[in-house]
Amino acid sequence: MTDAILESPTPSAVLTPGQSGAKHAESLFGLNLIRLKKITQVGIKSIYSHGLRSLLTVLGIVIGVAAVIAMLAVSEGASFEAQQQFRDLGASNILLKSVKPAEVEESSSRGFGPPQAIIYGITNADVITIQESIPGISNVIASRIVKKNVWNLGISINTDVVGTTVDYPISRNYQLRAGRFFSESEMRDHANVVVLSDEVADVLFPIDNPLGQSIKIDSDYYNIVGIMESEGFSNLGQNQAGSSNSAPSRIFIPFTASKSRFGETTTRQTAGGMESETVELHEAIIQVESQAAVIQVGEIIDQILRRRHKDVDYEIEVPLALLRQAEESALRDQIVAGAIAGISLLVGGIGIMNIMLASVTERTREIGIRRALGAKKRDIIAQFLIEAVILSGVGGLIGVVLGIIIPFIISALWGMTTIVTPTAPILAFSISALIGVVFGLYPSVRAADMDPVEALRHE
Amino acid sequence: MFEQKNSEALSADSLILDKQVLVASLDDIRKTYFMGSLSVEVLHGISLDFYAGDYISIMGPSGCGKSTLMNILGCLDQPTAGKYFLGDEDTSEMEDDELSSIRGARLGFIFQSYNLIQQLNVLENIEMPLFYQGYSESDSHEIAMGLASRVGLDDRVDHKPFELSGGQQQRVAIARALAVDPLIILADEPTGNLDSKSGAEILKLFDELHDQGKTLIMVTHSDELAERSQRWVRLRDGLVESDDRRNS
Ligand SMILES: Nc1ncnc2c1ncn2[C@@H]1O[C@H](COP(=O)(O)OP(=O)(O)O)[C@@H](O)[C@H]1O
Ligand SMILES: [Mg+2]
Repeated sequence: MTDAILESPTPSAVLTPGQSGAKHAESLFGLNLIRLKKITQVGIKSIYSHGLRSLLTVLGIVIGVAAVIAMLAVSEGASFEAQQQFRDLGASNILLKSVKPAEVEESSSRGFGPPQAIIYGITNADVITIQESIPGISNVIASRIVKKNVWNLGISINTDVVGTTVDYPISRNYQLRAGRFFSESEMRDHANVVVLSDEVADVLFPIDNPLGQSIKIDSDYYNIVGIMESEGFSNLGQNQAGSSNSAPSRIFIPFTASKSRFGETTTRQTAGGMESETVELHEAIIQVESQAAVIQVGEIIDQILRRRHKDVDYEIEVPLALLRQAEESALRDQIVAGAIAGISLLVGGIGIMNIMLASVTERTREIGIRRALGAKKRDIIAQFLIEAVILSGVGGLIGVVLGIIIPFIISALWGMTTIVTPTAPILAFSISALIGVVFGLYPSVRAADMDPVEALRHE
Repeated sequence: MFEQKNSEALSADSLILDKQVLVASLDDIRKTYFMGSLSVEVLHGISLDFYAGDYISIMGPSGCGKSTLMNILGCLDQPTAGKYFLGDEDTSEMEDDELSSIRGARLGFIFQSYNLIQQLNVLENIEMPLFYQGYSESDSHEIAMGLASRVGLDDRVDHKPFELSGGQQQRVAIARALAVDPLIILADEPTGNLDSKSGAEILKLFDELHDQGKTLIMVTHSDELAERSQRWVRLRDGLVESDDRRNS
């Protein structure tokens, strides 16, 4: 042992008030930053020394935070899709689609017996009845959609050929990229003119400008008068005869031309024999004058069609109603997400409280030592509280990372649109940190309230 | 055996005492423990004055209240009745926070079972009281390093307590008790867990501290240990049985 004397031999006998207490200015509820740093280090050390236990402890928080962020991302994505669709289809439109009735579909797929001739779908008579019996309908754009191979010299594409009326682009809010839509006179004349969608134009005319050129469908040539901008989202035209391709690649010809070139009946070779389908109209867009009336008009149309059709061979889509529905389900999702958040964060919080109580008991002796060496109650509270917050914060952070990754996986696997808004992770993380404070408080206070003598005697 | 030595010295000693500074004063201290409906008075009125630079041994049979008295002296526990002045401050009126401050700033504790924090290394253990006094990191580091070498452990500063012998651990505890340069060092059976060789090392350190003018109050069973101190207080059943002083 060394003889060196560390401090001056003058006895520290005289007591001055300044001798006790801190040598440095304290801040932040009596905890200066050095202390905070030290306490945080101690907390991290303690958590790290119980790695597995800590991980299991925060699992509740991890799952809660991840689930909430993922759920909100899916819900947000669904409502985005609904809005997209709404914008796409038009707020004051009602869409009617012809659908092959379920029983027919069944029997034809069985494939036995004589050639089948099926007649189904919306008719011109339906449209006229609707227009005549309901006031406030400004326009009806009826279309026939036939699946055809479309040729430019050696190149071909299988696409929906939409026979429609001149108002179609306006009703659907579509813009022309080049050229024009066909005219009333071309309509009257059953003219062989065509407007290509972007996608079709790109395939058939990869290099040169398609305007002014022509394409071939069956044995007829059609002059290209315009190019329509990409349709983007659309779920129309997917249920047409022979249509298995849902890609929104379409071309447009006058309704009259479609009817006279292709007729109303399509014939198809099936596994068991021939099958023919007759459909007058594949879809009809009914434009309502006032947006306020659109849902009601939709209901009336449904009543009319139900009376006129014995099979359910049509579908009605009211975009505004879809939007309302989407909004409702988004709200429901948010409530469910909130409930999941609440429950799992509660469970997570109880887990943290449980582990903190165990930690406090395990470290009773340490608490006693620290108290004997000058730690105030608030120092002990801070120490355990910071530990709880670190625990829940780390759990929250892992949860946020998972919550951001999971929507990507959902999108990749099921093709759902998911949107992670910045508020969801921030909110979830803040709440998880708050959980640490709330559920760490009781164990911390219990630690601080221990009698120093008792704590020092603890084994 | 040292009692006789002392009784002769008393008159000469009182002259020196007059010039000394009072650091701690117990005035009719009583302590009652309550266990449910049962209450046991362990200290029945203890009055003692302690002077700066003194080296006091508190002795007595097991269960006579030595540790209870030390806890009160250490501001870890409050007396049920009576007054305890540390310097000129009445601690019996103090709030928990003030008591914490007093413990941290003016008192140094040495326990029988060392009471080091197991997750922290030697240096961090020595730094702990400084941390609660708000010393800067560099200051605490410097002081702790100095004390580690003072107790002969400068080559062990990054060791954890379980890597040290009992004697070494107790030396860490002494360094820790010295960190804030306390007014009084309180040691409750500091060599109780040690073999005689390690105990002797601790003893030697205490001698050095006494030579430096530190005030030491030590509880001990061992007459050998007590012999090195300047004053002997014997307790029996919660009362002061004798209070003797060495002729110096
Ligand atoms: N917390 C307590 N509750 C009840 N009785 C206690 C408590 N602490 C000590 N005692 C009792 O007080 C008496 C004195 O104890 P203590 O001061 O530890 O004695 P010593 O240190 O002299 O051996 C003993 O009889 C002991 O049982
Ligand atoms: Mg004892």
